[in-house]
Amino acid sequence: MAQKTYRAAINEALKLEMRRDPRVIVLGEDVAGGRGGSAGVEEAWGGPFGMTRGLIKEFGAERVLDTPITEAAFIGAAAGAAMTGLRPVAEIMFVDFSGVCFDQIMNQIAKIRYMFGGKAKLPLVIRTLYGAGFRAGSQHSQCLYPIYTHLPGLKVAIPSNPYDAKGLLISAIRDDDPVMFFEHKAILGMKSEVPDEAYEIPFGKAKIVREGADVTVVALGRMVHMAERAAAALAKDEISCEVIDPRTTSPLDTDAILSSVRKTGRLVAVDEAYPRCNMATDIVALASQECWRDLKAAPRMVSPPHVSVPFAASLEDLYIPNADAVAAAVRLTVSG
Amino acid sequence: MQQSRDDLCRAYRTMRLIREFDERLHIEFATGEIPGFVHLYAGEEAVAAGICAHLADRDNIASTHRGHGHCIAKGCDTKAMMAEIYGRASGLCGGKGGSMHIADLSKGMMGANGIVGAGTALVCGAALSAKTLGTGAVAVAFTGDGGSNQGTVFESMNLASVWKLPAIFVFENNGYGEASAAEWALAGGDIVRRAAAFDMPGHQVDGNDYFAVWEAMRQAVERARAGHGPSLIECRMTRYYGHFEGDTQNYRAKDEVETLRRTADCLDAFRTRVTAAGLVDAAALDALDAAAKADIEAAIAFAKASPLPPAAALHDDVYVAY
Ligand SMILES: Cc1ncc(C[n+]2csc(CCOP(=O)(O)OP(=O)(O)O)c2C)c(N)n1
Ligand SMILES: [Mg+2]
Repeated sequence: MAQKTYRAAINEALKLEMRRDPRVIVLGEDVAGGRGGSAGVEEAWGGPFGMTRGLIKEFGAERVLDTPITEAAFIGAAAGAAMTGLRPVAEIMFVDFSGVCFDQIMNQIAKIRYMFGGKAKLPLVIRTLYGAGFRAGSQHSQCLYPIYTHLPGLKVAIPSNPYDAKGLLISAIRDDDPVMFFEHKAILGMKSEVPDEAYEIPFGKAKIVREGADVTVVALGRMVHMAERAAAALAKDEISCEVIDPRTTSPLDTDAILSSVRKTGRLVAVDEAYPRCNMATDIVALASQECWRDLKAAPRMVSPPHVSVPFAASLEDLYIPNADAVAAAVRLTVSG
Repeated sequence: MQQSRDDLCRAYRTMRLIREFDERLHIEFATGEIPGFVHLYAGEEAVAAGICAHLADRDNIASTHRGHGHCIAKGCDTKAMMAEIYGRASGLCGGKGGSMHIADLSKGMMGANGIVGAGTALVCGAALSAKTLGTGAVAVAFTGDGGSNQGTVFESMNLASVWKLPAIFVFENNGYGEASAAEWALAGGDIVRRAAAFDMPGHQVDGNDYFAVWEAMRQAVERARAGHGPSLIECRMTRYYGHFEGDTQNYRAKDEVETLRRTADCLDAFRTRVTAAGLVDAAALDALDAAAKADIEAAIAFAKASPLPPAAALHDDVYVAY
């Protein structure tokens, strides 16, 4: 099996699904790039971060559509296309820009099936970059997946590694429901083993990243790696962590989380999103209600402070939850 | 309309300062010391200078991701701007914003913006304040050719017209939005034609020609201050560097920028025109060139010597009161 980057895994999933199903189209700003430019190239960028590279060459401009800078229109168009026979994979460059098309996602895409009494299907995927660590400032660094997880009708995937990214994206494209698909911009170059062929990873199925006995650590996206690092450090002190990556927040694998918490009696939830009403609060609330008698210590949440993402390196480094913060929270559950 | 020698020197100084600022950033960025995304304004100086020449501190502008030129033309301090771009405590926003969020409300600079098209709506609000409070101020939104296609922009132009706001929509058509050419992305080809749809005067000018920009803006400001409502100005010019620092620009013909630099540079054109007309002598312009160089040198030194923001700064500024 070959080592592939997160970026390559996404790219491969898109290519495989476009080969498999002619109804799959890709659209977004500069997903090819170079339209009308004086160099006359067919593909200048292949996506601002290269995830859609090579698609236009293989599938042509009819299935790989650059868009003007007009998120409300092209995300709405993707929704309409999904209702009427296509299976679009739309790209919102940074999830922060989803503010521009929030109505289309919140009031249209998420609700259409339900409002129409189950008559409509929206096989639509919205891929988007999220997360801090790029010195990109307050409007290019947010997570925002809790907002989308909040909305009934949307599915939400947050792959933490290349293998999951490919399998989850393939599942997302084959799914008849709309999926918000979050790719962390700071791990695009990360490598792991990724098979060449197509495979699906089911939504709502958590991955036990590391088995352990003392504390359950639930983490998402890039934070999975912080949790793993913390777990490795804590193991030296004989504290055994079970690290769980839910992989999708909607649906959420509550069984996997709850059975782990029942086993360990302790929970730390790690989330890079703003701390109020995020996935950590959601998971802690769930476990508190369902595992009350099994808990040996108060569950803890590790999240950034309730501030926007700062630009300055010194502040952004403080902002992002790191392995030390996770380890400190774990220690508190063990000692407290 | 004739401008005084002082006006002309001020305009040249602004343009040269912007050019020096961004060309120096281009060099410094390559050393890896500057964090994040940086979008350079070099090549478009005549627009910022020609527009802002008509504005005082009480007049507001909303800028874009490519905002250094607007900031300088609106009077922001170059040292504090540079420190902001370096993410230092002495930056205009305390290092919290960076290149894409430089702002100085005391100068009527409502911020560079990371969201393409967003500034147009903010400007409707600034124009509404001016109108309601009777300050006589105007408000100006800068938007790119790419940004001109955002729904917010259309909505804002309509609103400004319906409310007869003292707003001016300046479009900087540099031919590209990221890697896509305006020729492809912009239906109808010209932004100026959209003015008619919103019942406002439209001006299309050569954005390399300071005097053409200045004159269009003079008319737009006069109309706005007289209470007759908004105007649209489309300026056509080019950016000398990539979309962001690091962009290889493989979508542009190899010699496109070099040719334009040689034949259509706004600073060269300005110099030729004012010296030929005997309005400002070459020696005075040379002195402004040297002063701009020294100014930017000092700005870089200031930024590099400034400390990073302290840890406590992470938590403040979220609310006015806690
Ligand atoms: C809402 C939104 N969509 C997309 C982007 C990404 N983006 C940043 S600048 C840019 C191109 C803007 O082009 P234009 O308006 O022509 O300005 P220029 O860069 O040429 O000055 C894009 C697509 C963004 N920042 N905000
Ligand atoms: Mg442009």
